[in-house]
This record gives sequence, C-alpha cells and structure tokens, in this order.
Amino acid sequence: MDIYTILSQVLVGLSRTVILFIVSSGLSLILGVLRIPNVAHGSLYMLGAYTAYTISKFFGGQDLGFWVALIGAPLFVALVSFIAERCVFQFLYEREHLMLLLLTFGFSLIFGDLVKMVWGGEYKTVPVPKVFQGYILLFRHLHLPLYNAFLLIIGPLVAFLLWLFVNKTKMGKISRAAAVDREMVGAVGINVSWVFGMTFVAGCFLAGLGGMLVAPTISVTLGMDHSLIMESFLIVIIGGLGNIWGALIGALIFGLTQSIGILIWPKFGIILPYAAVVMVLTFKPKGLLKSTW
Amino acid sequence: MNSVSLLEAKNINTFYGLSHILFDVSLRVEKGEIVGLLGRNGAGKSTTMKSIMGINPPRTGEIFYKGKSITGKRPFVLFRLGIGYVPDDRRVFADLTVEDNLEIVYRRNNEWTKERVYEIFPALKNIRNRRAGNLSGGEQQMLTIGRALMGNPELLLLDEPTEGLAPIIVKALEEQILKLKEAGISILLAEQNLRSALKLVDRVYIIDNGAIKFEGTKKELEENEEIKRKYLLI
Repeated sequence: MDIYTILSQVLVGLSRTVILFIVSSGLSLILGVLRIPNVAHGSLYMLGAYTAYTISKFFGGQDLGFWVALIGAPLFVALVSFIAERCVFQFLYEREHLMLLLLTFGFSLIFGDLVKMVWGGEYKTVPVPKVFQGYILLFRHLHLPLYNAFLLIIGPLVAFLLWLFVNKTKMGKISRAAAVDREMVGAVGINVSWVFGMTFVAGCFLAGLGGMLVAPTISVTLGMDHSLIMESFLIVIIGGLGNIWGALIGALIFGLTQSIGILIWPKFGIILPYAAVVMVLTFKPKGLLKSTW
Repeated sequence: MNSVSLLEAKNINTFYGLSHILFDVSLRVEKGEIVGLLGRNGAGKSTTMKSIMGINPPRTGEIFYKGKSITGKRPFVLFRLGIGYVPDDRRVFADLTVEDNLEIVYRRNNEWTKERVYEIFPALKNIRNRRAGNLSGGEQQMLTIGRALMGNPELLLLDEPTEGLAPIIVKALEEQILKLKEAGISILLAEQNLRSALKLVDRVYIIDNGAIKFEGTKKELEENEEIKRKYLLI
C-alpha cells in the first residue's frame, strides 16, 4: 500500500464528507434552532436525489439538466418542506421531543411511500455531467475524479455560505438568538414562527442539495434515506447538537474513518465510524463542540 | 373618565398550569407616568408583567392599550404596538454581540437608534463588540433596556431592573430611567426595593399573594406606615 493509495482514499473520504456535511448541517440547524429531531430529513435527501433524476431525465441527460437540477432539486425539496412546515410543524414546536420524533418518523414513512408511488422501486441513475467526466492527475500518480473535485469545491463553498448566513445576516443572528431563548426573541418584536419556518426550509434545502449532489455518484434507490439519516444523527450528536461546525467535524470523522477503514481492513472497515462515535461519546458525551441545547 | 389610559388591565386572572397566580389584578398606566408595582418576592410582579406582555396570557380579564383590547395578542405583536419588555432575569441573547442584540430587534421607525441607546448608556458603546453573555450584571441590564428601546416603545415594562446590582450602578440606572421618562416613555416598574422605587414613581400599586392590596400616589404610600410595614420590606 503506497502513499498514493492512502491519499486517494482520503480524497474519496473527503468527497463523502462533503455530502455528509451538507445534509448534517441542515439537520443540525433545524435541531439547534427549532429543537426538532427531524427523522424525515433523510427522506428529503432522498427526494432531492429523485428530483435530480427527473430533472436530468427531462433534459435527456444533457449537462444542462445537471445544472438545472443543482438549483431545482433543492428548491423543490425546500418547497415541500415549506408546505409541511406551514401546514403541520408550526403548530407543534412546543410539543415534547418524543412526539416530534414520532411525528417526523411518520413523515419519513409517508415520504418513502410517496417516492415509491411516483418513481417506482427500480434503481435510477443520474449521469455525471460531461464536464465532470474524467480525472485530474495529482502528484503524477493520484487520480482524482473530476466530479469528486467538484464536490470538494462545493463543500467549502456551502460551509462558507452557511457561515455568512448564520453570522452575518440578520436572519441568522435572529435564529441564533431564537435557538437559546425563543420567548425573548418574540418579546423584541420578531415573529418567531416565521423565523422558525425559514430556518426549517433552509435546513431542508440542504438535505435536498445533499441528495442532488450524491445522485450522480450512487444508484438512486428507495432506502437511501435510512442509512443516511442514521449517519447524520450520529454526526450531529458527536459534533454537538445544533452546532454547524460540529457537523463539519463529525462529517470529517465519519467520512475519513469510513474511507480509511475500508482500505486498511476491508471486511470490517465499515464499523470504524461507529467505533469513532463510541470513542467520542465516551470522552465527550455532549459532543466535540458546544451544543446549543 | 373620557380620557383613555395608555395601559389598563381589568380583573386579570393568570395561572401557571393549575395554580392560580393572579387574582383579579387591575391596574392602569397613564401617558408620561412611571407607575410602580411593588411587592415582595413571589408576590406576582413578574407574572403581572408577563401577563401584560402576552408571554403568560391571563385566562380571564382584559387588557387595553390605548383603549384597544390587546388581550391574547402574542408578544411580538405587542412589541410592534410599542410595548417594550425588560424581564427580571435580563435574558440578553448571550451568543450575540452587544451590537447584534440591538440590531436584531424589530424597529417600528428610526426614532431610537443604536447611537441614541449609546447616548443613554455610554458604557455599552465601548463594549459593543463583546459577546453579551460575557457582560457584567449591570451591563446586561443596560443592554436589555437598550434592546427594548430599539423598538421605540411608548410603554416600557421594567421588571426589577435594580435587582442584584451594586448600589453605585443602581444609582446610575435610576438616573437613566428618569431620562427615559423625560424622553416621553411611560413605565410600569416592578420593584421590591421601596427606596429605589420611591425615587422614580408617580403612582404605585402594591401586590401581595397575586392581588392588588393598595393603590395610590407616591405621597399616599409614603404616609401610610401600615401598608408599608405589612406588604413591603423596609
């Protein structure tokens, strides 16, 4: 095993990290501000992937379809979540977590069946756009698929935009204040219900974006929501509930242990991320970074 | 009685779950007044404030603001109508800077700006980029008042602003509160510190066990030793 194999596996892990981070940061945003453990987040990720498939197919697999899907799929997911939020969730913010967990779990089952009704049970594939077919050669020996390179650019970009949103916009500041003391935010004239609604939609947009971005790298299939929501929750928990940078660190731990694990111990490598979770929670039961809870 | 009070609460009854906290509380605040709501710890002062602000709305009774019923309206609506609320436990937005605490507030107009808040509370200006959670008690108190001012309130609900502050800071705060009155803001001031309250108020209500026990001008209270002995810590 040479250094290039390891490096290339690290890059694969980082690409995976990007997807995990985008989805988990959305989950963490919703968890931190609205206190909703949104089990249906994975379903929205799946919905993003299926919508990307439909848009891509509509454009006959042309590159244009990919770019339209890049914007359109997350927006469609955001729209669905907006409707769900205004019609159902906004009335339930004061309920206890167990209720919300059950409710969102119910939603995930409904979404799962709806996706099955609309798209059927077969595997779907979304083509990698032509501009991203091929490799970049790094250090003469290292082949980095262009699409992975694209993901490695998108990841930091999303992180930066999220940082801007949370720290520099009024909406982001309000949502940070509301995460800690929603009653007082209301008492300074802010319609908390709308802030929550917009934060929910922003978080779900990220789930849709993650699903869209992952679509060209996998077979889009029913059940893709289950494994991901599990991983996302673990990432958010080890990072610190509601902390977006915690989600980044958690996603890095998950993505890298996964890819390195497979390399050094192919049969059991898959357990490595979970072992890492156990380790983190043993020493830092509240997660690595400060939780907003 | 044809003039309309700025705030009038009529027979409000407030509950926390099953426990009955306020019993037929009625009070009013006229424009330009500082009205004291005095009473011991746990007498129902904070609950009265929260009832008026819609945070813990009364189960029965009515509240009028400028003659219109505001009963059951949500806190953010009341704030936008011009009612500022400064809770007794301060509740600054700890993760945000001082400046951000002021900036996120909903503003009806530009009458109050950050600069004007800094004029009244000069201490805040130097620490405007500091995280609000790291401020001292006095600084946090100024910030919560400043935060409420950003919404250009006509009525300010001030819940024990001097609680837990050093005497020298209390003194400064009293002067600042009088400045707010000069600026035309009416204030309902909950307080258990009689000496501090008497420097500020025009009229007083005394609340005990969730019911109003005395209503009168400052002078009437000052002369009534029995009431003072019975309901207040002196």
